Amino acid sequence: MKSILAASEAAALLASSIKGELPDERGRFGPFGGRYIPETLVPAFERLEAGVKRYLPDADFQQAFRRELRQWVGRPTALTFAARLSESWGTEVWLKREDLAHTGAHKINNAIGQALLAKRLGAKRVIAETGAGQHGVASAAACARVGLPCRVFMGTVDMERQAPNVDRMRRLGAEVVSVETGDRTLRAAIDEAMRAWVSDPNDTYYLLGSAVGPHPYPYLVRELQSVIGEEARQQMLDQAGGLPDVAFACVGGGSNAIGLFYPLLGDAEIELIGVEAGGTGSGLGQNAATLATGTPGVLQGCYSIILQDDDGQVQETHSISAGLDYAGVGPEHALLQAIGRVAYVTADDEEALAALEEVCALEGILTALETAHAYAAAKRWSKDNPGKRILIGNSGRGDKDMPTLSQHPVRIFRHASA
Amino acid sequence: MQAHEKIGVAINAARDAGRTALVPFITAGYPDTATFVETLQAISAVGDVVEIGVPFSDPMADGMTIQRSSHAALQNGVSLKWIFEQLDRVKNRIETPLVLMSYINPLLAFGYEELAARALACGVCAFIVPDLPLEECDDLRTALEAKGVGLIQLVTPATPDDRLKRLAQASRGFLYAVTVTGITGGSDGPSDDLPSYLDKVSAASPLPVCAGFGIRNAADVASAGQHAAGAIVGSALVEVLERGEDPAAFLKTLICNSG
Repeated sequence: MKSILAASEAAALLASSIKGELPDERGRFGPFGGRYIPETLVPAFERLEAGVKRYLPDADFQQAFRRELRQWVGRPTALTFAARLSESWGTEVWLKREDLAHTGAHKINNAIGQALLAKRLGAKRVIAETGAGQHGVASAAACARVGLPCRVFMGTVDMERQAPNVDRMRRLGAEVVSVETGDRTLRAAIDEAMRAWVSDPNDTYYLLGSAVGPHPYPYLVRELQSVIGEEARQQMLDQAGGLPDVAFACVGGGSNAIGLFYPLLGDAEIELIGVEAGGTGSGLGQNAATLATGTPGVLQGCYSIILQDDDGQVQETHSISAGLDYAGVGPEHALLQAIGRVAYVTADDEEALAALEEVCALEGILTALETAHAYAAAKRWSKDNPGKRILIGNSGRGDKDMPTLSQHPVRIFRHASA
Repeated sequence: MQAHEKIGVAINAARDAGRTALVPFITAGYPDTATFVETLQAISAVGDVVEIGVPFSDPMADGMTIQRSSHAALQNGVSLKWIFEQLDRVKNRIETPLVLMSYINPLLAFGYEELAARALACGVCAFIVPDLPLEECDDLRTALEAKGVGLIQLVTPATPDDRLKRLAQASRGFLYAVTVTGITGGSDGPSDDLPSYLDKVSAASPLPVCAGFGIRNAADVASAGQHAAGAIVGSALVEVLERGEDPAAFLKTLICNSG
């Protein structure tokens, strides 16, 4: 992918990115992004874009958003020094604890922000898609908070492996619509949500959960999630006495990663590493390692890197974690890879499971399977970089993963007397 | 005459004969690959313009029927390359102008310049790309028009007037008027304000207007035909194929004299 941009072009795009000039007026992050949508949705997207331009910089909106983050979400979330992991890995490990945010993951930052926006835009109802269920739960909660009805589209494969979250969404008053079409995971859920929106573009607000999709979503979601990196940067200075040498975040669509990375882009000394799902192997269909193995194309409304065959058909993916199981990735990540600012690596299912166990045993944190991929890559990195300071985006908690985890008995770590 | 101009000629010929132009849609390679050429020839004999769907893994703007047919066609191994090979076989036997409907990604993967050349060589006069709005279409349009192949634009009841004008100017072949707010295959039929909407679109368009989405029977074709030059029949025809019935016989029941 690096070959598609000349070195001078890459440097200019990095500078624009750090200055906050991207996306451009057409919703492009360099060559990536844009808006590939049916004509029926064009007026709805124009309204959304106008609303984002008007309200995002608006002082009243920002005040309401910040107040909700503080009083309802529970921000700022803690930065935790991971003493025993540090000892075990031979590095200095710090965790940005998005698992402590209300509803248990970073998804709530975006959900409450967009729910507030939906309210201001006069929407009568909200639809959302969900993979792991965390965005669905966050949307259901945020809609209850602002007083809007919420319908969540979820693939049947995901409903099975994230059953606790289905019950939580319903308990929070959302209607969960099971999606039997396509790959029956996140991608099919987004398609189905788009179809529902096409049928009622005037009164429905589509609360998209990741930094993907047509412009302005990748921008909007990044802006609402950047609170992660802004807080983490200040907390590192205050608690660790300096910035990290490296920051890790897992990447599915990439909302938690862009939220953590974006405020750190200008700190050239911080190495940034995104971690994708390596699944069960490197073959087509065995993983969700989009940036590692994909090619440029248009999926679900934006030009980015996607997993596709030679005919441009999008491929099915596999990951043990529903939240990473996606054949596309946010266009800003595609740019950050192309200009060499962020490196993207993979961790496979087994590594993620082992990392999850290790974090449980050494830090008393049941992290999400998605997040476990970031730990696995950070551990590998530690071997070659002893003594360095590491920041890990602990994007969510793993309670939702119990149905999957119960099929994988604890093997490696035993507590206390063992 | 450029390839895309053949479409207007065919639609106007139907008008001159006192008929609403009929634009049948089929998904290529559905229900099977073996009968595609035969089905295509049969519906070409009835339709004035024929729309061929290129199957895609993520048919975002389509309802259940076309999703199902698209999925089945992919299972049958259908690709754009395969479709062009089939069209090569029949191009001398089909007079009816052909239009390919495809989502943007398969076209991007094929490469725009080669796409335009291949399309022209096997009788494809225009493309419809449902996820390519005017703002993103320059590259494809330029490549296609270099070969005289058109890019058909879509308008909807929600399209503002100034945008409608721009889309009508940009379109080649015909202007596609989506008659419902929603995805393909709706069962409600055209809405009550359809006449005024289609009249407005027709007035704005230098090209013939064809109405599509939710057109299922002779009555729908007739009501569309009073305010537009042609009617596109997609999901209803795909359902006929799904049931294993005769597509040409079904299309003949839709032919009606325009009002």
